[in-house]
This record gives sequence, C-alpha cells and structure tokens, in this order.
Amino acid sequence: MGNHRDSTEEVSSVAVTSLEASKEKFPDPGLPPHSPRLTDVDPKQNKKAERHVTLLFVISILGALLFWFAYFGIRVEGNFYDVTNPENNHLLRLQNLFLGLGIALSMFGIGIGIVHWARALMPDHEMVEMRHPVSSEESRAEAQDIMETIIDESGIKRRPLLRNTLIGSIILAPLTFVTLFRDLGPANPSLLKHTLWDQGVRLVRDPSGTPIKAADVTIGSAYHVLPENLQSLTHETGYVEEKAKAVVLLMRINPAELNISEDRKDWNVDGILAFSKVCTHVGCPIALYEQRTHHLLCPCHQSTFDAANECEVIFGPAAHPLPQLPIAVDEEGYLVAQSDFHEPVGPAYWERAKHVNEMAGEAN
Amino acid sequence: MAHHVIETENNYQARTTTGKITNFVDTRVGMSGIVREFGRKIFPDHWTFMFGEVAMYSLIILILSGTFLTLWFNPSMASVTYDGTYLPLKGVHMSAAYSSALDISFDVRGGLLLRQIHHWAALLFMTALTIHMLRVFFTGAFRRPRELNWVVGCCLWLLGIFAGFTGYSLPDDVLSGNGLRIVDGIMKAIPLVGTYLSMFFFGGEFPGTLLISRLYSIHIMVIPALLLLLMAIHLFMVVVHKHTQYPGPGRTEDNVVGFPVGPVYAAKAGGFFFIVFGIIAFLGATFTINAIWNYGPYDPSPVQAGTQPDWYVGFGDGALRLWPGSFPWSWKIDLFNHTFVLAVLLPFMLAGVLVLFMFTWPWIERWVTKDNRVHNILDRPRNAPFRTAAGAAGIVYYSVMMIAASSDLIATHFHVSLNDVAYVLRFLWFFGPIIAFIIVRRICLSLQRKDRELVLHGIETGNVVQLPHGEFIEVHKPLDEYHRYKLVSFESPEPLAAQPNAKGKITGAEKIRARISKWFFEDRVAPVSPAELEAAHHHGHGTEAVEAGPKPTGSLGGHSHN
Ligand code: HEM
Ligand code: FES
Repeated sequence: MGNHRDSTEEVSSVAVTSLEASKEKFPDPGLPPHSPRLTDVDPKQNKKAERHVTLLFVISILGALLFWFAYFGIRVEGNFYDVTNPENNHLLRLQNLFLGLGIALSMFGIGIGIVHWARALMPDHEMVEMRHPVSSEESRAEAQDIMETIIDESGIKRRPLLRNTLIGSIILAPLTFVTLFRDLGPANPSLLKHTLWDQGVRLVRDPSGTPIKAADVTIGSAYHVLPENLQSLTHETGYVEEKAKAVVLLMRINPAELNISEDRKDWNVDGILAFSKVCTHVGCPIALYEQRTHHLLCPCHQSTFDAANECEVIFGPAAHPLPQLPIAVDEEGYLVAQSDFHEPVGPAYWERAKHVNEMAGEAN
Repeated sequence: MAHHVIETENNYQARTTTGKITNFVDTRVGMSGIVREFGRKIFPDHWTFMFGEVAMYSLIILILSGTFLTLWFNPSMASVTYDGTYLPLKGVHMSAAYSSALDISFDVRGGLLLRQIHHWAALLFMTALTIHMLRVFFTGAFRRPRELNWVVGCCLWLLGIFAGFTGYSLPDDVLSGNGLRIVDGIMKAIPLVGTYLSMFFFGGEFPGTLLISRLYSIHIMVIPALLLLLMAIHLFMVVVHKHTQYPGPGRTEDNVVGFPVGPVYAAKAGGFFFIVFGIIAFLGATFTINAIWNYGPYDPSPVQAGTQPDWYVGFGDGALRLWPGSFPWSWKIDLFNHTFVLAVLLPFMLAGVLVLFMFTWPWIERWVTKDNRVHNILDRPRNAPFRTAAGAAGIVYYSVMMIAASSDLIATHFHVSLNDVAYVLRFLWFFGPIIAFIIVRRICLSLQRKDRELVLHGIETGNVVQLPHGEFIEVHKPLDEYHRYKLVSFESPEPLAAQPNAKGKITGAEKIRARISKWFFEDRVAPVSPAELEAAHHHGHGTEAVEAGPKPTGSLGGHSHN
C-alpha cells in the first residue's frame, strides 16, 4: 500500500494547492445523446402504456362512485359515543374512511394517469432555451432618464415647501388608521394585579363548587379550588377571565416537612396550603401534584415547584415561585381566604415589579 | 378606426378549431404573447424541484378545504349550550366556535374529512415548504440574482407558521386555548409594550370574548391574501429568472435544459397536483388528527399532559422549555421598578437568531466570498462544504429545539428522567451545531475526494482478474465524458485574504471577513483538471491501464490504485 498511496497523495495535493495547470477546465461535452424509451421503439409497449393510463382514469371514476356511495349510502342517525348505540361511532368512522378513500382514488387516478401519460407517451427530448439578462443596461439607463424627467416635470425638487408638507401629510394620514387600533383593548395593566380572592371568600372545589372543611383535608391530599364568588359571574361578566386568574391548588403537607418564612407563618392552616395554579412561566394551569415529593409539575414546559418550600422553582423554565394564597378557617370550619394574593399571579410582565411594590403598600 | 380593426381580423384565417379559439381570444384580449412566452418555456426537471410544487398545491388545497369549513364554522366566543349529537358533551356550556367545530365533525357529512384534510394539508404545506427551502439553501439557488426570492420564501415560511397557529386556535378546545394562553405569556414578556400588546390582542384580559373572531379574520383573510400575494411574486420571479439547473453536460450559466411547459411539464405538474390531493385525502381518510371532541371546550382550569403542538411551531415551544428559568439565578430580573422577563425573552431571541441567519444568509455568504456573479447552475452540496456544514449546523440547532417540545414524551417513552432529557438537550442546543458543522464538512470533503478518485481512476467494475505474476486486480472502467463533466465542472473557492478598501486601509470588518473566509475555505478539494487526468493516465498505465488499473487486494483505501 505504502508506495502507491504516497504517489497519489502527491497528485491530490497538487490539486489542493491549485497550480496553474489545475485551473484549466474540461470542455463541456454538450448534451448526452438521447436514448429512446421502450414506448418509443416498441409499438406494443406504446399500446400497453396507453391501456395503463386508461385504466388509471377508470379507477378515478370508480373512486368518485365510491365517494357517492359513502355519502348517500351510509346513513348515520342518532348520537355518537352513546352506550346504547355504539354502532354509530363505527359508522361515522366508516363513512369518513370511504368518503376520503373515494376522493383519494379519484385524485390518484387522474394524477398518476396524467403523469404516466407524460412520462411514457409524450416526447422526452430535453430542449435548450437561452437565458437573457434580467434587464439590459440601456433599458436601465433609459428608465433612469424617464424617472428623472418625471421628477423634474413634477417640480418636487424645486418646490421644497410642497415636498415637505407632502411628506408630512403622507406620514400622518396612515397614522389616523393606526390610531383606530387603540380601542382593541383596555391599556390598563393594573387589571392584572387583583383576582376575585378577598378576605373571607370561601375556597370551593372545582368543578363541583362545594366548600371545603379544613378537617376534611387529609395529609397528602390535593384539591383543585376556585373562589366561591366566581359562581356569581356569567360568561358576559367575565367568568372565564376571572377563573383564569383565580384557579388555586390546595394540598396538605405534614407541618414538620414545611419550610416557611417568618412573614408567611400564619398563611396556612395546619399544613393546608393554597397556591396559584397559574404557572409563572407563561401561564399554563399546573395540573400535576406529586404527593410524595410535594412537587408541582407544569405539563406545558415542565417547570417544577416545591410546595413544601413556598413553591420555589426547582427545575424548568419558570423564573419565580407560585404566589401563595393566605388562608384561614371560618366559624363553620370551612377554608376561606385571608386576602387576595400578595403579588400578581401568572407570568411576569413589564409592570410586575411596580405592582408588587404597590401591593405590598396596600397590604400594610 | 373600426374599419381598420375589422380588416386586421380578416387577414388572419385560422385553420383549426384551436386556431379559431386562439384567434377569438387574441383579437379581444391579446393572449398570443402569453402563449408564445409560456407555451414552450423550458423547465429543468429534477425530483428535488418538486417540493416547492407540493407546497403550492397544499396551499391550494388549504384554500379549498378552508373555504368549505367557513360555510359551517361559527367564529364566535358567545356561550352556548351544546345540543349536538356528540353525547358526552351534551348540555355542556361552550363557545359557539367549539360547538360549530363539533357540528362539522359529527353532523356535516364529510365535515370531519374536510377538517382532517385541512389539517393534514397544513402539515404537508409546512413540511414541503421547509424541505423546499433546504433544497434551495444546500444547492446555493439563493445566490444572485435570486436573493430577493429567497427572502420572499422566508416570509412565506413565517406566514405559514402564523397561518397554522391561528387555525389551530380557532376550534376553541382545551388545546387551542392553552396555546393561546402561552402566547399571552410570551407577549407579556416583551419589555415596555408587552402588557398592552396582550390586552389589545385579547381585547382585555385573557381570554376575553373577542379573540376567536379576530383570529378568524386573520386566518381566513389576512394571511391567505398575503400568502397568495407572496406566492404570486415568488412565481413571477421564478419566471423572470428562469429556473436554476444542476451542473451537467450541456448545461451552462446561459441556458436552460429541460422540458417544455406544454405538454410534458404541464402534464407532469398538473398530474402531480392530483397526486398531492390524493395523498392528503388518503391521510384525512385514515389518520385522525386533532380529535377536538376528546379535549373538551376551553376552560382555564384543566390541562392535558403530553399533548403536542403541530410540528412547525414546536421549535418555539421547545426553546421555551430549554432555557433554565432559575439557574444559576432567576431570569426574571426586577430593575428600576420594572420586570425583565429574560426567562422567556432569551430563548426566543436564540430561536430568532436562526431566523435572522436564514433571511440574511445570501448576503453573509456574498460578503465572505466576495462572489457577486450571477449563478444559474446549482452547487452539488458536497462542492460547497462550508455552506452545507453551516446548513447542517442550522438544522441541528432547529431540531434540538423542536425535539425539546416533546421532551416529556421522550422521557416517558424511554423511561428516563425529564431533567436528564432537558440537560442533554441543553448541551446539544449549543454543542450539537458545532459537532454537526465539523462532521458534515468532513463528509463533504471526503465525498469530493471520492469524486476525484472516480474521475482519475474510473468506476470499480467488480471484475477481479489475476495478472500473470499472480497479483489480483480489479478492473476499472473510465468515466464517460458526460459523467466526468458532471464531477469536474465546479468551482472550489480559495480563502480570500483581507483586502484594502478604496482608501488603502484594511478595516477591522475586512479582517474578520478574511478570517471567516479562511475558516470556510482553508480545507478544500479542487476539481480534477485535464492535466491531472492526463498525469494519472501516464502514471505508467495509459488509458487502457486505467481500465485495468492494478489495485492491491485487501486495500479499501481510496488512494491505492496507482
Ligand atoms: C396556509 C394556509 C392555512 C393553514 C396553514 C391553515 C391551518 C389550519 C389549521 C391547522 C386549522 C385547525 C384545524 C383543525 O380543526 O384541526 C385550521 C382551521 C380552520 N381553517 Fe385554516 N389554514 C390555512 C388557510 C385557511 C383558509 C384559506 C381558510 C378559509 C378560507 C381557512 C379556514 C379555516 C377554518 C374555518 C378553520 C376552523 C375549522 C375547524 O377547526 O373545524 N384556513 N386551519
Ligand atoms: S407554562 Fe408552565 S412551564 Fe411553561
């Protein structure tokens, strides 16, 4: 191998360092000669291809018939996912299948037929066409002259007063329309500060709406919770918007396992804690609570919060803890809120720092 | 005047029916020029030129199926009580939009099929568009004079993403609502104006009661109009520039070799439309997609784990997942009484870098190579190793983000911890592209060497003969001149040293350019020249000897024939 190898290395390194000689090019041999297809030389093959194409078009027609059969022939009446009538789901699926296959066949038949026709029976001689420059220099020069004349005749250069007022009006006129977008929505970030939670608002189960007795919450259990006053809202008065901010997750953890800062000492009821369910990353509802580790997991991008540790972020893209809702027990033994959240819930936003400061002031 | 016109008409006597029709149309609207221009226009034919076509046909199918859906879809967030035939949701409060999407699925014959066709067409549209762009990139088809068309293509790609996202949001099920909730969070992260943007977009606080109808007008009017407009501009430019072609015998920078539009090319392309339609109809018939009835109407409380966005928005979602929000410190920074939501902004900027590179690549490449010539002949990807490697790096960068959007599925499927998947993906996000760049460049260079080998020593025929003195050799057949020309007719740019500007100074930018140029082109393989081929033949063998060039048995090395 040795000797052989070295000598070739030399040749290729010559190329790599580009000697004058290697700049010289091979001449273009021109188009290769055309080699005829079977269908060009054999009349039998030619006839056969024609028959195939015809067959494909017939298949297309049959596909259309299949569609009409499925559309008019398969009758689906009554409800779906009805245990007393399970047939129906099956029929719907069948109808969908045959409608689709019918269309697919009718399309495939035409498509493959035409393509086969073109490939087997139409001339397959490659042809050559010359390119032309996108535009010639004379034409560019002429266009420039025309433009100069237009500008000159308009007098726009000679009348700066006209020009400047025109520019001004052209900038301002469209802005009137842009202004119209102003009423797309309220420009009121403070809306984000508060939720429906307030002093004495009962925590109720989502979706049943029943209040929760502190005594019923066993260690290790968790509830999806809403504020009781949400029920008084309708779709028109902001039910969904308020619900989207007020959703809360409630769990009970053995107080010995909790790690709580001084100012939040009385925010829980014997280890019953309530946290906003709106992820502080970009706002998905946090649905998963792992009882053993006290971890809350957001299914959207897997941010993980530690409920035993004031819901600080222990993994994932969220950048701040879930806000905690201070809770207490009312005289009937039901869980209630002590106040609203002490900071805005959900994803962070430009005004958030300001709002947090303001809310701290309001709380005092 | 009138007299004169009649006279001209009488001068030309059409012989056939086709001629008569042509005559009728031409004397009224003057179409003969168009037929003369397009009727026999030459289009080069190659399977990689097909993806742009697939994208165009998918767009047409989207418009057809989407128009059908508009006849039943009700873009309203008004609350209704469902009273359709899908029993599990009977009596449930939901938006009119969701209710009508259920009706389309269950109570309009063929409605489900059309919904599924619309969704599959959207997926195929974005897939074909993406592959088409990769084809254009890797063959260098974006070079002068086609830079602007590349930009138009990039805009089409972005618009396609928005089209898909707005469509996905329309049915107002739990998934689409959650997608919008994420959009709300992303908007709010924008400094200064983010909160306003979100409130303007939703008409107040999320989700509001206006959004679906707003998205609807964007989805069925604004975006399709822009898409069609851009597509028209795109095709217009293709006609002006004429199509590029792959290198090969008879193909020059000044000609186009291929088939005439009529009949062959038109037949193939027209037939292909029906094939694409057939494929989409088949998918719609057999594969359920976006079974909205399973998810339920949008409600801010529940969420489904393990659900996936459509693949083309995955890279944004994946980028969001990849950035560690609280490591090594919190990426929510409060400063001057304002909040900088870097945990969301930074990953988006990193995803945006890719898009920026995409839009500007033609100019980046031109800046480095100083090659401002017109290119109508495409590069074989191996013959532009730096570009191919850069493209591969981009693909890896993009893919890691896209895969990250499924990190939870990967973790459950392969029984590994979610955190480990995230760590690996974070690592690959930054180092994967570098590794890909190095490997792909090596591959290109060795493929180029292999081409040299082929040209110099011919094709291994597999025939092994024994020479009189006992050595076994494999017979090599020289390439015919057509095949050879394909392998030698490329340019291999050399590093371009820093050059002084008009004032005779070498600027800092120029020095950087020279360094990049060196990095790109330092390792290069030049095409075989006639002299080299001659030398290879003379190396003791002559033409015939190459045909029976001795090759020691057992050697797999490419360089061992001499
Ligand atoms: C590039 C263009 C388009 C893309 C990528 C696209 C994509 C989508 C997607 C992914 C959906 C969700 C479908 C589902 O329910 O699973 C959708 C829904 C819808 N699209 Fe499009 N679309 C496009 C153009 C159009 C056009 C041109 C129209 C109408 C003229 C239209 C009308 C609709 C309607 C009415 C819906 C809601 C129907 C439903 O979900 O049942 N789309 N679109
Ligand atoms: S929204 Fe919860 S992790 Fe992104």
